[in-house]
Amino acid sequence: MTAPADVTAALQSQFPQVTPRSSGDHPAVNVPPSEVVAVLKYLRDTCAYDMLVDVTAVDWGVEASPRFTVVWHLLSTTHHGYVRVAADCASDAAPSVPSVSDLWPAANWHERETFDLLGVTFENHPDPRRILMWDGYPYHPLRKDFPLAGIEVPLPDIEVADLTGASVKPAPMMGGPFVASSGEMNLTDAEPRAKDESWTERREKPVSE
Amino acid sequence: MVSANTELAYNTKIEGDIVVTKADAVINWLRSSSVWPMPMGLACCAIELMGVAASRFDIARFGAEVFRFSPRQADCMIVAGTVTYKMAPHVRRIYDQMAEPKWVIAMGACASSGGMYRSYATLQGVDQIVPVDVYISGCPPRPEALLDALIKLQSKIGRERSAKTLLASA
Ligand code: SF4
Repeated sequence: MTAPADVTAALQSQFPQVTPRSSGDHPAVNVPPSEVVAVLKYLRDTCAYDMLVDVTAVDWGVEASPRFTVVWHLLSTTHHGYVRVAADCASDAAPSVPSVSDLWPAANWHERETFDLLGVTFENHPDPRRILMWDGYPYHPLRKDFPLAGIEVPLPDIEVADLTGASVKPAPMMGGPFVASSGEMNLTDAEPRAKDESWTERREKPVSE
Repeated sequence: MVSANTELAYNTKIEGDIVVTKADAVINWLRSSSVWPMPMGLACCAIELMGVAASRFDIARFGAEVFRFSPRQADCMIVAGTVTYKMAPHVRRIYDQMAEPKWVIAMGACASSGGMYRSYATLQGVDQIVPVDVYISGCPPRPEALLDALIKLQSKIGRERSAKTLLASA
């Protein structure tokens, strides 16, 4: 079992639907969701990419279509190279891709996290629950249309919510979120800061922008 | 002839085996000199909490070295760390399981106000779900700050009307 010199070409000869994907670092390919399991299995069993490093997804924004792209990163522990596999989800409203948790047990929690935070469902997942937010939480917080401060919902425990009168409230942002600027500038200008510091939770953000 | 008593402290030769004092003073003295903490270590502040219990800072000097992981045996919950909304109900339940009288120290920026976590996942101050007696600033606070909070809590306990509360609940 050896890693092919050109993994993209090797994949394309096996799977005609695979297309190269632009990448700044490692070899990367686009794969249709229906072929994902076969491609990843081929990479694992034939190309020596034996370790699943990461499963995550990208939300390209509310207007974009396809909106969600699921990304897998594989590492070959014998040849020390990575490969990136990406699949655009067909549905923007209910994105889903097949689970690979029976190829790598490590995928189990990664897929639960991706489902929890981005709302991508993994078909045939053995345990498709949320992993970070609590069961019953109604949103997927890393989606682009979810505000960083959060949305008001009841506390996960109704008894404690009744007792304390507390609820999950949007966090006070005080002019934030704080973002770093990049480009050719001195370090002081590049430091993370609120883009518009003139508004807080007491003074509404002006609508004119 | 009445001789002036210049003794300011207890003196067995004069008073024998009897100490005259107030019930509040005795009860508060007992309570404040052996506060058993419930370590609610939720994030990085808990590392400083461990430092306070270890030999260099030695919280035993203030009678609070008996960290109990059972709320039934603890007096003072030290909330050391970031309280997420998912964790918040459990913090409250553990507080409810502690026997009266009980106190809470909010250790660090996160427990006091949510700290730097202005986000959908973090409770913005543990005082939304439990009554806090002492807040400690810092991220994380130095161990001395926690010792200072304990001393503040002890003087706060010293001002309580304990006997009245005990009689009222009896
Ligand atoms: S206040 Fe700072 S040190 Fe303490 S838990 Fe929060 S982030 Fe960690």
